[in-house]
Amino acid sequence: MSSHNREAATFEFKPDDFIMADNRRIGIDRVYPAQSYWKDVISSFLKNKGAAAGFIAIVFIVFMAIAGPYINGYTYNEQIIANQNLAPRVPVLENWGIMDGSETMNTSTGKVTVNRYVDPQKTTGLENTYYWFGTDVLGRDVFTRTFMGTRISLYIALVAVLVDMCFGMSYGLISGYFGGAVDNAMQRFAEILNGIPTLVIVTLLMLVLKPGLATITLALAITGWIGMNRVARAQVLKLKEQEFILASRTLGAGDFYLIFKEILPNIFGQLIIMSMFSIPNAIFTEAFLAFIGLGVPAPLASLGSLISDAFKSFTTHPYMIISPVIVLAVIMLSFNMLADGLRDAFDPKMKEM
Amino acid sequence: MKRYIVKRICISAATLLAILLILFLMLELMPGSPFNDEKLTQSQVALLNAKYGLDKPVFIRFLNYVKNMLSGDFGVSYTISKNTSITTLLATRLPISIRIGGQAVLLGTVVGLVLGLIAALKHNTIFDTMTTVISVLGVSLPSYVFALGLSYTLGYQFKWFPLLYQQKEAVKSSVLPTISLAMFTVATVARFTRTEMLEVLGSDYMLLAESKGLPGWRLILIHGLRNALIPIVTVLAPLVVSLMTGSLVVEKIFSIPGIGSLLVTAIQSNDYNVIVTLAFIYSAMYIGIMLAVDILYGLIDPRIRLAKEDDYEQS
Repeated sequence: MSSHNREAATFEFKPDDFIMADNRRIGIDRVYPAQSYWKDVISSFLKNKGAAAGFIAIVFIVFMAIAGPYINGYTYNEQIIANQNLAPRVPVLENWGIMDGSETMNTSTGKVTVNRYVDPQKTTGLENTYYWFGTDVLGRDVFTRTFMGTRISLYIALVAVLVDMCFGMSYGLISGYFGGAVDNAMQRFAEILNGIPTLVIVTLLMLVLKPGLATITLALAITGWIGMNRVARAQVLKLKEQEFILASRTLGAGDFYLIFKEILPNIFGQLIIMSMFSIPNAIFTEAFLAFIGLGVPAPLASLGSLISDAFKSFTTHPYMIISPVIVLAVIMLSFNMLADGLRDAFDPKMKEM
Repeated sequence: MKRYIVKRICISAATLLAILLILFLMLELMPGSPFNDEKLTQSQVALLNAKYGLDKPVFIRFLNYVKNMLSGDFGVSYTISKNTSITTLLATRLPISIRIGGQAVLLGTVVGLVLGLIAALKHNTIFDTMTTVISVLGVSLPSYVFALGLSYTLGYQFKWFPLLYQQKEAVKSSVLPTISLAMFTVATVARFTRTEMLEVLGSDYMLLAESKGLPGWRLILIHGLRNALIPIVTVLAPLVVSLMTGSLVVEKIFSIPGIGSLLVTAIQSNDYNVIVTLAFIYSAMYIGIMLAVDILYGLIDPRIRLAKEDDYEQS
């Protein structure tokens, strides 16, 4: 010890012998801030390209559903019989030879290309008229009608989520939490209801009530919640025996508090995913009902009823059917991708299921 | 196992009874009576009521109704073809629908299996991506979109297949409807096979089988696919539903004289009796298939049976 001191005393230190350690070197011991659950969810959601694309597409479609019907000055129910069956014509694109208002018709003499907007021989009165997606058999603007129809699909999506969240969730939570005879009775009832095909329930409802949005909503309310009920119940069964529930119960928490304040926040992620998956189903059900003539009454339009109407003349005027089909496909696709992405983000363990 | 099967059968029977009760109540609560001709006197109405058993108490009438429905006596059609018994209407239509549905299931399952298998074997290659795209599209697009697309391109533009169903060319004209119906099955089965197969391929017993020197196809098909196939039974339920709803629109698009298009016509022309009968038939088929699937599943995989039995005993 003493020899050390003596040796050290012979050294002379210069100012630059020691430098301050930079952050990188002492970083080993640094405690990083914890990534919160929601931050984690958001970042892994954004990394998923499909989900992000789906989300952007949905935002765009919601915007178009709100603003779309007011963009071009036509209304969804104004019929101009003189302008019936016009092909799509878009201002800038027409100069490039696409969507210039001409359509190819199959006649007995062969294929003929007709443009009813512009005719070199005579004035048609439509030179300055533009129907972006064309007009239907009654001379209504397909663009406006398509986005009016989109509104109905989005309304159905909202209904599906609400039914899931309000009814299915509470049903499953209560059934799973109380267990025993309550659970048995509630689940047997759900099982019997689930055994009746949705198709049959909807058809029978339509017999009793008149077709319309209210009936479709009711049909979705009757059948839509069963899947959610199952998921919620399974999750509750997993959680209700855990210590934190016991702790809360010991502190005097009531059933209502335990279900909605203790259990629900812990399983909310799974429930959101489940409700996202029920959206495409609900939209599909509506489109399908509209297609077989049980949709919203005319002159209202939903995507399904537009497709159904345009189907009657789709070999001669295919453009009428294309826009609602594409919008419907985009909605279904983006909700599916969004739901997939959300599932992966909320619960990486469930991935690839 | 016995207990499980008995429980399943009881629930299925209860469901069927519930449906019959709903249908019966709807008939009962409809305004008017079958004999509201003003020329009929009170005593004549009473006689008619006695003849058709309508003077009996509600419960007896319900039992009669159940007996009639289960024995295939569905009454007569009101508007579609007046006074024809519905059993006759169904006799020609049911086989066509079942044939096309069966073809779709067969085609969809085979194509889906092959696609899923290829995707799993060539994981993260272009085949895998293609399968994913196909399965997302197949799940996202309603079957009538496929039906319209196919009938426009292959039917109308290329004229390879008839646009509408023709009794004379039953096979040729059922090609397009079968493909459109099968798309959902293809998508679901492919997606499921891929996921399951990937899991199986990474398992220890596959490594063991491979190290024993089994030839490639035997390894994949006997050891891999067979194990991957068990959970596929679970996707049968959504498949059955999609086939039923799909058959309605697809039969309408191709004017196939099946029960789907009959239901659509009945709804549009308010033929009450036909709608009720078809509702019953659809429900009965659905319940029957679900029951078969559940029992089959329990038989294939004892773990599931035990889990479900536990579930039942707990609840």
